Amino acid sequence: MSKQKMRHRPTVAIILSILFAGLGQLYNRRYVKGILFIVIEAVFLITFYNFLNIGLWGLITLGEIPMVDHSIFLLIQGLVSVIIIAFAAVLYYFNIIDARKDALRLQRGEPFPSLLESCGNVWDKGFPYVFVTPGLIMLLFVVVLPLLFMVSLAFTDYNLYNSPPRHLLHWVGFKNFKNLVSVPIWQDTFFSVFAWTIVWTIVATTLQIALGLFLAILVNDPRIKFKRFIRTVLILPWAVPAFVTILVFAAMFNDKFGAINRDILSAFGVMIPWMTDPFWTKVALILIQTWLGFPFVFALFTGVLQSISRDWYEAAEMDGATRWQKFRSITLPHVLYATAPLLIMQYAGNFNNFNIIYLFNDGGPAVRGQNAGGTDILISWVYDLTFTTNNYNMAAAISIIIGLIVSGFALYQFRRTRSFKEEGNI
Amino acid sequence: MNRKIKSRIEVALIYLFIAFMFVVIAYPLLWTISMSLNPGTSLYSASLIPEKPSLEHYKWLFTSPQSDYLLWYKNSLFVAAINAILSVLFTALIAYAFSRYRFVGRKMGLYLFLVLQMFPSLMAMVALYVLLNMLHLLDSLWGLILIYVGGQIPFNAWLVKGYFDTIPRELDEAARMDGAGHFGVFFRIMLPLAKPILAVVALFNFMAPFTDFLLPSIVLRDPEKYTLAVGLFNFISDRFANNFTRFAAGSILIAAPIAIVFLFLQRYLISGLTAGGTKG
Repeated sequence: MSKQKMRHRPTVAIILSILFAGLGQLYNRRYVKGILFIVIEAVFLITFYNFLNIGLWGLITLGEIPMVDHSIFLLIQGLVSVIIIAFAAVLYYFNIIDARKDALRLQRGEPFPSLLESCGNVWDKGFPYVFVTPGLIMLLFVVVLPLLFMVSLAFTDYNLYNSPPRHLLHWVGFKNFKNLVSVPIWQDTFFSVFAWTIVWTIVATTLQIALGLFLAILVNDPRIKFKRFIRTVLILPWAVPAFVTILVFAAMFNDKFGAINRDILSAFGVMIPWMTDPFWTKVALILIQTWLGFPFVFALFTGVLQSISRDWYEAAEMDGATRWQKFRSITLPHVLYATAPLLIMQYAGNFNNFNIIYLFNDGGPAVRGQNAGGTDILISWVYDLTFTTNNYNMAAAISIIIGLIVSGFALYQFRRTRSFKEEGNI
Repeated sequence: MNRKIKSRIEVALIYLFIAFMFVVIAYPLLWTISMSLNPGTSLYSASLIPEKPSLEHYKWLFTSPQSDYLLWYKNSLFVAAINAILSVLFTALIAYAFSRYRFVGRKMGLYLFLVLQMFPSLMAMVALYVLLNMLHLLDSLWGLILIYVGGQIPFNAWLVKGYFDTIPRELDEAARMDGAGHFGVFFRIMLPLAKPILAVVALFNFMAPFTDFLLPSIVLRDPEKYTLAVGLFNFISDRFANNFTRFAAGSILIAAPIAIVFLFLQRYLISGLTAGGTKG
């Protein structure tokens, strides 16, 4: 017995299970498990071999014969193959770990759990995966796979003139990104759209937060009555679906027959070209977004303001603090500390606020020498490039840039979210 | 005395500002209502206070043979109901696993959810279009549902997981003692106790199809399959040519119920979000 113990080597088990899943387990004399693993790998190889083979070939070449090979379908099959292989690799890794564990056990001469016990073990350990799998598969195919597809497109030459099935696509490396910053028309458009996106995000979001904060403080004043009623009315713009209100505003701001010019400004003898002058369209967009966005911030701040203890203010009054000092050193820090992640989300949301730009004026008015409208932000430009001019590759390249910026927001969020720090200790 | 007057003036100014905000908020909403009551379909001849208010547009939506409004309502209700049920089911399963079990890949999964909820689904539209095309789910309400259910997972899984975390573990342990298995704990302890948050998730997912126009406008082609938002958007997609009053009537019929439900529930929403924001 002791001789056998010495002779049983975990390394052999590991190498065997790398060669083919289950061999290591057989070497460990766990026959049922070993045969089961072998059958699973065999079935996997038989069912998926062709699919994976074509998928990987397609992912690398994107097809070789026009009209026969459809690059887009090959690309998707390739990405699906990569996902399946990643899954298989994880399972394979567990197979190797399992072989090593059992081999070590055998070496130490410990008894194995009975078949029934190990079945129960697997059920208990594997249970969370059973629960997660259905949702995870949906997530993979509806969210992750499309994102991977988009990322891949940015490195191809897929556009209106070069589209399957008539033509094949090719991998072009970083060419699209280079064109974006070096070909004059793309360069001009990209920088002006990018600049406006930043201005839009900062100005519109800051305005809506400032107005929300201001109103929350006003309504919170103890001398004000009918608080419930006032709060309900102030939240109304949030309650009405945004796509309805934006379209209504688009009609109201119409240059010729909109209510703003016809009923309000005409009293002062002014006509403002809201829809035809880029500057005024931008002003209108910022005003509308402030209208749409302040109620959320207002509701949020109202909740926080009510939770600040009166003691703070009383102590400050004892010290003879002015109202501004109380605001600066008590109210503001409290409010901002409690809501910072949500406020950052507001900035991120406006950065990608496609609805308002598209529904209000479709990114217009048009600007000469650019292939985006005067008020297009990055995301609405991507939409136009995709669905109007079919410049899929450029749209994908810009999407990646959006993605990188959004990840910046996400990174901040990671560091802020307290529970993540707690999660780290588990 | 002086101080009292000063305080009075202040209060008056605050009320004045609030009144100003009331006007700014109410004006577009009232304007929409008055448009919907204007006879005739042209925006140009419509006036803020209609001379002869009529309900003809509402009548047209429901009775005219050319109007698909009822069909759109039915489609929206169908998508909304299925979406709400499936979303709650999938989300609750995932949230339960992430809240109660420690397993390999758990932390990575949580990170993944947090990142994915930041990416606008618009970025993936082309791919979704091609994928649905491959699965023959284009122009189908089920295709739309599939995308909605999958897309809501990252955000709502966090929300529900946060709620599950607040349910004391002693309860599951007690149930385990009494012989409940994994499923038993889930169905008999977690689901009943998490009813409030599951109701919120169901409601969100019920309302989303009524207000989203972008995804359905890409997925659905046949006007008989439209949901309300796409249908209404197409009323005026030829830019206010002549259907604005009808659009106004149709959108009031969506906006009013949603706004009412929303006003009732916003308190829960806010507390859920602040808890999510500070505690994760």
